Amino acid sequence: MSPPPIVNTVNLVRIYQDGGVPVPAVRGVDLKVEAGEFVAIMGPSGSGKSTLVHMLGGLDARTSGEIWLDGSRVDTLSESAWALLRRRKIGFVFQFFNLVANMTVADNVELPALLAGASPREARERREYLLGELGLADRADAAPAQLAGGEQQRVALARALANRPSLLLADEPTGNLDSRNTRDVLRLLGEVHRDGQTIILVTHDARVASLADRVVSLLDGQIVDDGAVGPVRRRPRASAGDVVELRS
Amino acid sequence: MRLSLLALLAKEPAHGYELKQALEQIFGRAYPSPNIGQIYVTLGRLEKDGLVKAVDVEQSNRPNKKVYYLTAKGREALDAWADEPTEGPRVRDEFFMKLVLAPMTGVADRTALINRQRRHYLALMRDLNELAERTDRGDRVALLLIEGAMLHLQADLDWLERCQEDLP
Ligand SMILES: Nc1ncnc2c1ncn2[C@@H]1O[C@H](COP(=O)(O)OP(=O)(O)OP(=O)(O)O)[C@@H](O)[C@H]1O
Ligand SMILES: [Mg+2]
Repeated sequence: MSPPPIVNTVNLVRIYQDGGVPVPAVRGVDLKVEAGEFVAIMGPSGSGKSTLVHMLGGLDARTSGEIWLDGSRVDTLSESAWALLRRRKIGFVFQFFNLVANMTVADNVELPALLAGASPREARERREYLLGELGLADRADAAPAQLAGGEQQRVALARALANRPSLLLADEPTGNLDSRNTRDVLRLLGEVHRDGQTIILVTHDARVASLADRVVSLLDGQIVDDGAVGPVRRRPRASAGDVVELRS
Repeated sequence: MRLSLLALLAKEPAHGYELKQALEQIFGRAYPSPNIGQIYVTLGRLEKDGLVKAVDVEQSNRPNKKVYYLTAKGREALDAWADEPTEGPRVRDEFFMKLVLAPMTGVADRTALINRQRRHYLALMRDLNELAERTDRGDRVALLLIEGAMLHLQADLDWLERCQEDLP
């Protein structure tokens, strides 16, 4: 028997109703993600991307439908059971990074590993590796408020990867980064993905999405496309030298 | 091509093959390698228009080679080029035509068109990522060309999303 998918949603629905008209943010999403897959979620603003990944991380409650993680049903879990599950299995990067303000960058990154049961030494080594890969080694002792937005965002990614989660959920992890920092993030994501990390990542950035095995497009809370990023459908580039022809 | 050749000749006189090598060296891997035939054709046209002139230089035991140099008129053309703002890239409109017309005429379904185009852009982006990986870190000109192509592609993708939202 093949192992269960890491993520499986069945007719997942989220309708917001604070007061006035109900807002259907996610409308019947069936999404299966296998272990080791890297899935990018794209779609216009307001199409339900954040709502979907929040539900997958237990940070928002579904209105109806089912969520299965690693073969277990989780949409029925209590908040404390979700908290435990996240600590052990899920790394989450928020669209608007949530770092602990009164802890240093290093402590922010080490905390999830410690909570998941790593030894202080393991947590420190992992932190040094992650911050190094993201060009933040020299910011370890800073407080989050002393960092630029793009730096905070990279710290949030390091923190999400600290406990080697079986599932990384990331909401726009390069939204505030310039090209150079985006390249660092892409390199790290590529590395952990090659080591088997399952990734579900929301992004507007085509560079990020093009690295994924598969791209899921949302529109108005529904999946309108789901497929692999294939090879370019035209003659392959003979030499590297055709870039400028893109616009000719 | 005309103006890049004029610019190179403003630096020093050169023969066709030297110009080809200079272009390759300056623009690196990201630029389509210029074809030597094309260079000679362009030089011929520039000469006919009076922007460059050629002198035959004798070579021991080889045929003479033509060395090109910039004329005063060529210099003027080059200065005018440098002084003018350059046109921005035009919106690539062939896909847009398809997108607007195809469903109206029953040729194709709009969602299918958009999905196919998005996948195509992402595949192109993947190519560019790989090209950037293979490019020498020190080759700034090539890396900037690639980054420019990536940013244009991102704009195309954003526009695709807008079309998807706003077309009925
Ligand atoms: N807490 C909330 N209460 C009410 N409506 C909400 C709430 N959160 C999101 N929505 C609505 O749900 C829809 C989907 O929002 P969501 O944040 O998932 O979009 P998104 O695809 O992540 O957009 P963006 O690309 O701008 O981040 C939107 O119409 C939004 O206004
Ligand atoms: Mg969002």
